[in-house]
Amino acid sequence: MSANVAAAAKAAPSSGETPAISVKDLRKCFGDHEVLKGISLEAHKGDVISILGSSGSGKSTMLRCINLLEIPDSGEVRVDGELIKMKQGRDGRQMPADIRQVERIRANLAMVFQSFNLWSHMTVLENLVAAPTHVLKRPRAECLEQAEALLKRVGIWERRDYYPPHMSGGQQQRAAIARALAMNPKVMLFDEPTSALDPELVGEVLRVMRSLAEEGRTMLVVTHEMSFARDVSSKVMFLHKGEVDSVGEPKEMFARPPTPQFKQFIANFNK
Amino acid sequence: MDLDFYLSTMWSVLKALPLTLEIWFFGIAFGLIIATGLTWLRASGYRLGEYFTRAYVFIFRGSPLLVQLYLIYFGLSQFDFVRHSPILWPILRDPMYCTIVAMALNTAAYESEIFRGALRAVPVGQIEAAKAFGMSALTRFRLVTLPIALRLALPAYSTEIILMTKATALASVVTIMEMMGTAQKIQHDTFRPIEVLTCAGVIYLLLNLSIARLFAWVEYRLSPHLRPPPEQSQQIRPVPEVL
Repeated sequence: MSANVAAAAKAAPSSGETPAISVKDLRKCFGDHEVLKGISLEAHKGDVISILGSSGSGKSTMLRCINLLEIPDSGEVRVDGELIKMKQGRDGRQMPADIRQVERIRANLAMVFQSFNLWSHMTVLENLVAAPTHVLKRPRAECLEQAEALLKRVGIWERRDYYPPHMSGGQQQRAAIARALAMNPKVMLFDEPTSALDPELVGEVLRVMRSLAEEGRTMLVVTHEMSFARDVSSKVMFLHKGEVDSVGEPKEMFARPPTPQFKQFIANFNK
Repeated sequence: MDLDFYLSTMWSVLKALPLTLEIWFFGIAFGLIIATGLTWLRASGYRLGEYFTRAYVFIFRGSPLLVQLYLIYFGLSQFDFVRHSPILWPILRDPMYCTIVAMALNTAAYESEIFRGALRAVPVGQIEAAKAFGMSALTRFRLVTLPIALRLALPAYSTEIILMTKATALASVVTIMEMMGTAQKIQHDTFRPIEVLTCAGVIYLLLNLSIARLFAWVEYRLSPHLRPPPEQSQQIRPVPEVL
């Protein structure tokens, strides 16, 4: 199967290489509830890491801490070796020291959301062009050309002049993936990209994500799609109650669950 | 029915329409500027700014426009420093300016509430997406928050503008001969209140009708994403009847 070929192509990176993403000892509380209790993660170029966990395990929060949509209480995030600088805010909490740096890094970490979050007042094509022209300052004509090519790739070129509310969930999510690709991101963050979709629409989105994995994109994917985690990703990370419960090679993890929690977790899915 | 009288009254009242429109235009224009400032102050997160806007809205939304107009026109001139101020006095001794000031201050209170509500109603996810794609706060506001909020504010804003059109009639109580003032003068001269006030009422109705239509058109143009999708709307489009 082609996924196996892709997995084989993504051989373990040389140890000297700077990780695309490196997260160290990430902690985050919401009120009294500690959601992340010191999470570390390293993603190398070409890695496709599936982040699994039951709801409330902190997997989405972890992903959102990487591009600073949530501000972690402590811990460090490096993108391509560059540390996101933090400082102490007036209320004693951490905050980004340099918002320009955060914006620059965010532009390299395109995100795909559970609820798509396409800009509803723009057509699909405008959605794809907005950030490249206004953030990356690339010429509009070039962006339009690339946008059309991307829409063809995800199979919704015919809908380029549609507004997001006029499309099905699957089409919207494919548009959102194309919008992320239009940034030529170094890493793509997927936050439960198929969880808001009707079951019959999940496949079309997963197909697009699989093709991205096969071309060697670096992806962090928070998901409940066990088949994607097992067959497509190069690494599986299981979070349990705000901590990394287990990390490993997917086939191995699913064949021989390393911890009782993970065994329990996949057992619930196979019911 | 005395058609000639109706026509001549219509004509006399219509001649005052430009003055009404002048009050209306400057009232809502300055009102919009003040409202924008208030909305910004409220949204900026400064504690003091929030208290100020709350107090402002409480006062100007809570009391009648007529009271505000009287206070500004008759009240403020009681103070010596106002009469001796080279900036305030030229404005506050003129009933026209007073009306515009009162209208602007009053409508700004309502509009700032409309804008505040619209800003809060912008879907958080779409703002988050703008953040996640590296847009700066200004770009985010210009490209995502403002366009969405404006569309959300439009229906309530158009209602407020129509209320302001009707409020211009209050200018007549401070000696301005706009449409209502003119109508009242004709009424006093002729003792024919029904005809005169009907004429004035009809003109206000038509004026507000055109304003409402204008806003409906703008809203339609700005919100293609809230209408049915292209092929669907073609399906529903009624077959033209052949007469």
